Amino acid sequence: MGHAGRLARQVRWYVGSLMGDNHYQRYLTHRRRDHPGEPVLSEAQYWRMRHRQTETNPGARCC
Amino acid sequence: MGSPPAAPQHLIEEVRGDVTFVRTDPNLPPVAIIDRSPITRRHRLLFGAIAVLGAVAWAMIAFLRGETVNAVWFVLAAICTYVIGFRFYARLIEMKIVRPRDDHATPAEIYENGTDYMPTDRRVLFGHHFAAIAGAGPLVGPVLAIQMGYLPGTIWIILGAVLAGCVQDYLVLAISTRRRGRSLGQMARDELGPVGGTAAIVGVLVIMMILLAVLGLVVVNALAESPWGVFSIAMTIPIAIFMGVYLRYLRPGRVSEVSLIGVALLLLAVVAGGWVGHTDWGVQWFTLSKVTLSWCLIIYGLAASVLPVWLLLAPRDYLSTFMKIGTIALLAVGILLARPVMAAPAVSQFAGSGAGPVFAGSLFPFLFITIACGALSGFHSLIASGTTPKLLEKEGQMRLIGYGGMMTESFVAVMALITASILNPHLYFVMNAPAAATGGTAETAAAYVNTLGLSGQPITPTEITDAAAGVGEQSIVSRTGGAPTLGFGMAQVLSVFGGSGLKAFWYHFAIMFEALFILTTIDAGTRVARFMLSDGLSNLGGPLRRLHDPSWKVGAWVCSIIVVAAWGSILLMGVTDPLGGINTLFPLFGIANQLLAAIALTVVTVVVIKMGMLKWAWIPGIPLLWDLTVTLTASWQKIFSGDPKLGYWTQHFQFRDAQEAGKTSFGAAKNPEQLQDVIRNTFIQGTLSIIFATVVLIVVASAVVMTIRSMRGRGRPLAAETPVPSRIFGPSRLLATPVEKEVQKQWDMLGDSPAKSVGTSAH
Repeated sequence: MGHAGRLARQVRWYVGSLMGDNHYQRYLTHRRRDHPGEPVLSEAQYWRMRHRQTETNPGARCC
Repeated sequence: MGSPPAAPQHLIEEVRGDVTFVRTDPNLPPVAIIDRSPITRRHRLLFGAIAVLGAVAWAMIAFLRGETVNAVWFVLAAICTYVIGFRFYARLIEMKIVRPRDDHATPAEIYENGTDYMPTDRRVLFGHHFAAIAGAGPLVGPVLAIQMGYLPGTIWIILGAVLAGCVQDYLVLAISTRRRGRSLGQMARDELGPVGGTAAIVGVLVIMMILLAVLGLVVVNALAESPWGVFSIAMTIPIAIFMGVYLRYLRPGRVSEVSLIGVALLLLAVVAGGWVGHTDWGVQWFTLSKVTLSWCLIIYGLAASVLPVWLLLAPRDYLSTFMKIGTIALLAVGILLARPVMAAPAVSQFAGSGAGPVFAGSLFPFLFITIACGALSGFHSLIASGTTPKLLEKEGQMRLIGYGGMMTESFVAVMALITASILNPHLYFVMNAPAAATGGTAETAAAYVNTLGLSGQPITPTEITDAAAGVGEQSIVSRTGGAPTLGFGMAQVLSVFGGSGLKAFWYHFAIMFEALFILTTIDAGTRVARFMLSDGLSNLGGPLRRLHDPSWKVGAWVCSIIVVAAWGSILLMGVTDPLGGINTLFPLFGIANQLLAAIALTVVTVVVIKMGMLKWAWIPGIPLLWDLTVTLTASWQKIFSGDPKLGYWTQHFQFRDAQEAGKTSFGAAKNPEQLQDVIRNTFIQGTLSIIFATVVLIVVASAVVMTIRSMRGRGRPLAAETPVPSRIFGPSRLLATPVEKEVQKQWDMLGDSPAKSVGTSAH
């Protein structure tokens, strides 16, 4: 893969991590590692859980 | 979730030249690198060159007079100062106060749960942190401060950030990280005791109300009587709801994808606003008065705080993050390409006289009040404590995130300042003087600004109406609040992309972008304030204890209504104020934000002293003293000044005497109702000023008591938690050093090991 390809992959990774595209993947890795064998949420369930959490503990946005 | 092991920590240190590698587990690669290598010759030359370039740029800004000061010098002065500040001052703070221990686990690592606690790559966290701290504040304050010329504002934004704002953000992040990510209010209670802690929490809540109200006022002023603007902002609501539904039911987790669709729709909404704004029905439907718009905003705030997060708040947040980073980058490129020249004077006559129409008061203290965000913003301490520590991978990265994040916001403020300085000064005052002064029409406005004694050609009414038509607006007279001025300047800068034919588009794009931020802050802020209120009330005990349960709908509704009523009434007060809402409320906003900074810096200073580092207490102590001097002087003037333009109470009594004398009009009040409005508003503003100052004095007094007790050796113990050994690695520098890369490689070889952080895998 050339420089352009690597750069594109890095930009994709960056935007995905910042916005949340790969958060579910991160969650799966975390479960597999720290709680192996236990059931995991589906992607839709995972996002429901995330939003429920924001609901009870919202992050402030600054002025 | 890992529980702290009871065994004492055994560190395995391996020294190789100037570098020490620290392991917490013999079977794992090092978790920390202590690099004591001296600065290389190459670096010395590089930083020397940057310092010289910065000095030249500062000299150009400060001493060059005439019409030739180019915006590029501002960018250079800012960047060079930040680089030097980050490399040397932030490093000093790191070595002497923070002393990061990368062998200690951060809250993110200890409580990692794959959702809100998650060690995150430093570059990603930098983006998160920046998106959370930067909003409309650094864009609005510098615009208003141009009243005093560009020079004082530039100096304060850049030096204030390096010596005060960045220091606050960095140190709050550091102490919160060592306290498992506790919030500022909790830390105040732990470190200052119950009185100081309660005062801090009440202070935060009241301050938030005024912040939300003034931000709302900025939006209302930008959108009033502008069908184009109202249409494009109104469209953001269905767009956000569409995104929310898409993410929940169609393609969960595809956040970037839906955000790109959202941004495309948003651009379409801005373009469509131009068509709608020129049709009869569009004008009829979307031309709203300030009062109507305020009510829309109040209803929106209430709805957003009780509706499910996934439907409105979360998608709007995605949009706003995308737009924020995209537009700021676009503006930076635009400034470098257009290289505009300053039209504003370096120091205007209003700096000394204090009689400027945009905000009253002289340079000291009001310039430092008007520019809060961008130089020193207390609100950041709410993000740096609580939110960011839950995502921080390594203590060594706090300098980059905390100090570096604020530097970036300061740079945004510099760009806003440049954008407003390139406008014709006459036009600037046409847009920013309150309607009571300009009279509201192009003729009266031209007559008014031509009496101000500004340099350059006097302005004609035709020039004003042409300028308005150029950006697709009916009128630009007294469009106070900063957003329209910034939009105007941005339209001028961004015309480098696509020529002046797109000016109206860029203007409305800028308005939409600011309004988007502000609405995001308003809905998130209302929600946060609602939780703070119900938390505080539930601590009172009795039947109120039930408020502790967040799923209790009645409680949630009641608290939301109280919060919205609080900021909503201040907003309505602002839009109907005969004296001009921004003129009277913006100082209160700045004072509130800076007083929050005083609370944060007080907590930090107490912690530094309690840690036994009295010798270095000046690092947070100097910004604290400066901030207290500025805010308490400003509060004093707002409360006690005999000048009715400045002192709320003098104004209050003057208008009341006029009313009692049976007058039906007085000063800016043209009828008995307006007279009554002024009397009521000045009373509320005066009371708020007293509350703010009192709360902060209580916090500072309890801090002084704590410090004295602690120095006599019988104070409250420091609330820091026992450290837990870390089992992950992450480079501290933005660009990893060769040693860091080498260790990172060892960790990467472990694959999906039990110790590897999952949030970091660009490689």
